[in-house]
Amino acid sequence: MELHRDSRMYGRGEQAVTCCSAGRCAVIELRGVSKVYGRGEQSVTALRNVSLRVEYGEVFGMLGQSGAGKSTLIRCVNLLERPSCGEVRVDGKDMLALTPAELREARQGIGMIFQHFNLFASRTVAGNVAWPLEVAGWPRERIRERVEELLALVGLSDKARAYPAQLSGGQKQRVGIARALAPRPRILLSDEATSALDPETTRSVLGLLRDINQKLGLTILLITHQMEVVKSICDSVAVLEQGRVVEQGKAVDLIARSGTRLHELCYPPSAPADGSALPGGRRVELSLVGEHSTRPILTTLARRFGVDAWLLEGSMERVGETRVGRLLFELTGPPEAVDGALGFLREQGLTPEVPRV
Amino acid sequence: MSSELLRALWVATGETLYMTSVAAVLVLLAGLPLGVLLVVTDRGGLWERPAVNRVLGTLVNVGRSVPFIILMVAIVPLTRLLVGTTIGTTAAIVPLVVAAIPFMGRVVEQGLREVDSGLVEAAVAMGATRRRVILGVLIPEALPSLVRGTALMVISLLGYSAMAGAVGGGGLGDLAVKYGYMRFRTDVMLGCLVVLLVLVQLVQWLGDGLASRFERASS
Repeated sequence: MELHRDSRMYGRGEQAVTCCSAGRCAVIELRGVSKVYGRGEQSVTALRNVSLRVEYGEVFGMLGQSGAGKSTLIRCVNLLERPSCGEVRVDGKDMLALTPAELREARQGIGMIFQHFNLFASRTVAGNVAWPLEVAGWPRERIRERVEELLALVGLSDKARAYPAQLSGGQKQRVGIARALAPRPRILLSDEATSALDPETTRSVLGLLRDINQKLGLTILLITHQMEVVKSICDSVAVLEQGRVVEQGKAVDLIARSGTRLHELCYPPSAPADGSALPGGRRVELSLVGEHSTRPILTTLARRFGVDAWLLEGSMERVGETRVGRLLFELTGPPEAVDGALGFLREQGLTPEVPRV
Repeated sequence: MSSELLRALWVATGETLYMTSVAAVLVLLAGLPLGVLLVVTDRGGLWERPAVNRVLGTLVNVGRSVPFIILMVAIVPLTRLLVGTTIGTTAAIVPLVVAAIPFMGRVVEQGLREVDSGLVEAAVAMGATRRRVILGVLIPEALPSLVRGTALMVISLLGYSAMAGAVGGGGLGDLAVKYGYMRFRTDVMLGCLVVLLVLVQLVQWLGDGLASRFERASS
């Protein structure tokens, strides 16, 4: 996983040049960011002392219920909202110290897509994609080329002259993505970009985001309330609750480790399966990440230790490019054999959880 | 109707068109920036200046609450300063413009407020200057309602101009009062009404046509 991530980091030519040599470089860094709306007794605290690091080339997801402060947080990155206190660094630049002109320039390097697309209804698809380039002062000829290139990238070359009102939701979001990518930003902010889309369109838009993340080495910071989004494209996750970051780390690690909020969201605790409790059985919960997920664990236990495994729950899915599995089962057999099997699992680095006997 | 009266009707129509069109252009030139200011200086606007917003809002409300007849008389000194006289078609343009600017300001304000705030946010996030957001997003997106609002303003001006005519401004209003009302010439009265009706219809039709053309493009 780490190796894979690094190879992506160094393999991106011009994009990688500014990345620090240590190889671990925060593109977006928030330190102690708080945001309070209003004053006195009527004030509402949207963010409390939030700190985040988004590293180069990763897809970072911020998961939270509505009202958790996600949209305020993402707007603090390009200063659509100014934090009440704290520090915001993007590409090493202290955003809060920029002059208005410098801030506008910095914003041109940060693309943004929205839940409701926010396309300009009075402009064609091509006109929408061209807009940020006109703002950035590109010459007309280069704008035309760039727009063509982008519409091809998002698969909408035939819609260049259509107006947003003539497009489906998924197509609109693709235009939004093309528009956000036009001035070649290094960062893409995604504000619930798939929340207004149906499941199939969501998958295709997420696929597109994953694609541009890998092809262009674009760092993506997204906010979402959908666990599916985290599972399908996020490398790292922060969970936001009532304006606080309550959990932060690699998506795979958090999902695989029991006790985390992500684990619970992925595997909601099922009703105690009384009927399946076997006399003398030992209940075992295993999280299988990466290569572990490709081994025949249960049959290995059966062959080597002579134990029986009674499967209660099991799932195997992809988190980003990693397979993550979870098995809940009971082991029966001679106590020494069961102990031996558990020891074997520990040796494999699988740390079996034994919730109940 | 004698040919003499027909000529009078013709001349009066010309005067009304002159007053209304010159006034309309001036009102548009002043009302558009006023409406933009009313929107952008408001809380949460692009250029938040609550004090400026309050002052402008109050001025607009004062302007809109003074009856036109009184306004015409009250600004006589201003009219003399600008035009040199207080009587005649050109002089009537001044009160027309002063009365219609606050109205147009509100019409523009309303049109701009209908633009989804998300579009402004997106434009700002792309690093656009305030000027660019206003000229490149707010106004183009509000264009259909701005066109409809302009038609509304021109029609109001037609009505006001008839009133201005009554106090020496010339035009259809003047003719209708002098001949139709004071000399009981119903035919002249009807003639004036028909011409005004045609003008109002024409402006409305033009405004609706233009507006829906802009809308068709985007919906």
